[in-house]
Amino acid sequence: MPSSNPFSRLFGRSPFGPLQEHIAKSHAASEQLRAFMTAVLADDWEEAARVRELINQLEHEADDLKREIRLGLPNSLFMPVSRSDLLELVSLQDKIANRAKDIAGLMLGRKMQIPEPLAKPMIGFINSGIAAVEQARQTINEIDELLESGFGRQVTDLLTQMIEKLDSLEHEADQLEVEIRGQLFELEKELPPVDVMFLYRIIDWVGELSDRAQRVGGRLQILMAR
Amino acid sequence: MSIILEHGNTFILLACLFGFFMAWGIGANDVANAMGTSVGSKAITIKQAIIIAIIFEFAGAWLAGGEVTSTIRKGIVDAEVFVGNPELLVFGMLASLLAAGIWLLTASYFGWPVSTTHSIVGAIVGFAAVGISMDSVHWDGVGKIAMSWITSPLLSGTLGFLLFKSLQKLIFDSQDPFAAAKRYVPMYIFFVGFIIALVTFTKGLKHLGLDITGFEALVYSCLSGLGLALLGFWLERNIKREQASGKLQIANVEKVFALLMIFTACAMAFAHGSNDVANAIGPLAAIISVVQAGGDVASKVATPSWVLLIGAGGIVAGLVMYGHKVIATVGSHITELTPSRGFAATLATATTVVLASGIGMPISTTHTLVGGVLGVGLARGLAALNLRVVGSIFASWLVTLPAGAILSIIIFFILKASFG
Repeated sequence: MPSSNPFSRLFGRSPFGPLQEHIAKSHAASEQLRAFMTAVLADDWEEAARVRELINQLEHEADDLKREIRLGLPNSLFMPVSRSDLLELVSLQDKIANRAKDIAGLMLGRKMQIPEPLAKPMIGFINSGIAAVEQARQTINEIDELLESGFGRQVTDLLTQMIEKLDSLEHEADQLEVEIRGQLFELEKELPPVDVMFLYRIIDWVGELSDRAQRVGGRLQILMAR
Repeated sequence: MSIILEHGNTFILLACLFGFFMAWGIGANDVANAMGTSVGSKAITIKQAIIIAIIFEFAGAWLAGGEVTSTIRKGIVDAEVFVGNPELLVFGMLASLLAAGIWLLTASYFGWPVSTTHSIVGAIVGFAAVGISMDSVHWDGVGKIAMSWITSPLLSGTLGFLLFKSLQKLIFDSQDPFAAAKRYVPMYIFFVGFIIALVTFTKGLKHLGLDITGFEALVYSCLSGLGLALLGFWLERNIKREQASGKLQIANVEKVFALLMIFTACAMAFAHGSNDVANAIGPLAAIISVVQAGGDVASKVATPSWVLLIGAGGIVAGLVMYGHKVIATVGSHITELTPSRGFAATLATATTVVLASGIGMPISTTHTLVGGVLGVGLARGLAALNLRVVGSIFASWLVTLPAGAILSIIIFFILKASFG
């Protein structure tokens, strides 16, 4: 028999495994920002370039996974979740990795200096973004149990709690963003204006990390509810 | 009349040969779909699947295969038409067996999802409508069979959906899913035993010479179910909680379902045997009864039980010689199906098929199983199902009916020319 049995062909390839791999890549990319920022603060641009290369590579791998997931989701695939919600979730996850790449790219390209008083808050701010992404990854990893229990109430309750925690992490990051903006505002008159503009942009982008992580959680909530 | 007397033994020999071949094909190919779900969910090993299939296909064919056999034998063509020339019925049934066999071989070579049931029914209708006359076909009977092909996947789909929903509510949503699984699994085992026993007691044992009233059948079925449930309860003691990942410890829950799956695998093999064996031996039974009655078509000879044995033996032979490979292939592809899902889909299918066997409807086990799997999918139980394959599986019977018919018409005229 050349072709496989028709009944076994009924079972399609699950997109949820690659989905979890994908968020792991996005998380790994954003986690590298910590090492990157440390190198920047130490004025070690060689190390910073190396880390940015790593982030780039992780972002590429995430892109490949994204493409693989999209191609593996033909219209004829019947899933317990809506196909469009799933595709949306992948692209949200992907945007986290993209932002990490943007941050590293811009800072390296302009060899941006962080003013001394901002160094510590900046590390804390980056960490808050990474924490939110980490929480998003853990939440997405619970999809396994969600599937195994057939979207049982216990697992959906658990996921709802995890998503709530993700929301509060995003809120913390927001507050740090307000603080760091305030500190930069105090310093901005003494700094070159163009550098200040780009610093504001970096702060904005780091804030978007947790923002996008939160939106992953939100989309997952839509995915669960049907 | 003289043809029957002259070539009687040749016809019986040919019929037994073709019937056995057909049953062999069912055992080699068809059983794999029925058992693949259980093997794929890793509830049983391939070796266990073969042993279960041998015992329960045989039991199903022998104990509950009578009704469908008689439908194939006399429910599709009108025996009255053949009173003058019984040899035409013999040629027709031989042609049908051969046509269905050839079509199935071709289809399985190319990997087309065709059903033995559809092939044989198409073949019988074909030779009768074209080779004899349009009036010789019991069109209302054929209509009912065609209806059952639509309702059977729907019924198993509904059952699969409800079964999975029920275990979601009772087990996965409870505080301690593992304890809940241990509590409710014997209940499901009761249901398995009850439904199988009910069909066997009400429909199957008649031709074995046992006559049981409806009430007695109900009592015996309850007792069988209870017996099995107790057995399940006893076997459950050995399943211990182990450290597993996740808050719900679902790996532990699935271990309990794996035990349940052994029971549903038996039920599935029984159901499959009770329904599909008739595709092989229904025509055989028709030929034998005509020849043995010396050409008297109208005689009310019951299906001799040794005919059922030929079918059952053929299935087992096919299974042992070739089927185990197909089971292994199918099983290795269906890894998405965990024991809880496999259980819901398999039990829904087994119930539907065994009920159809009880009322004498020849249905396709594979189609019914697809219905059951879709039902579980609708209850959000499965990660991804290929709807395009579903479409091709359900569309295949539209092709199989005329294909079986045309082949059997050709063979019918060849036989008629060479013997007549």
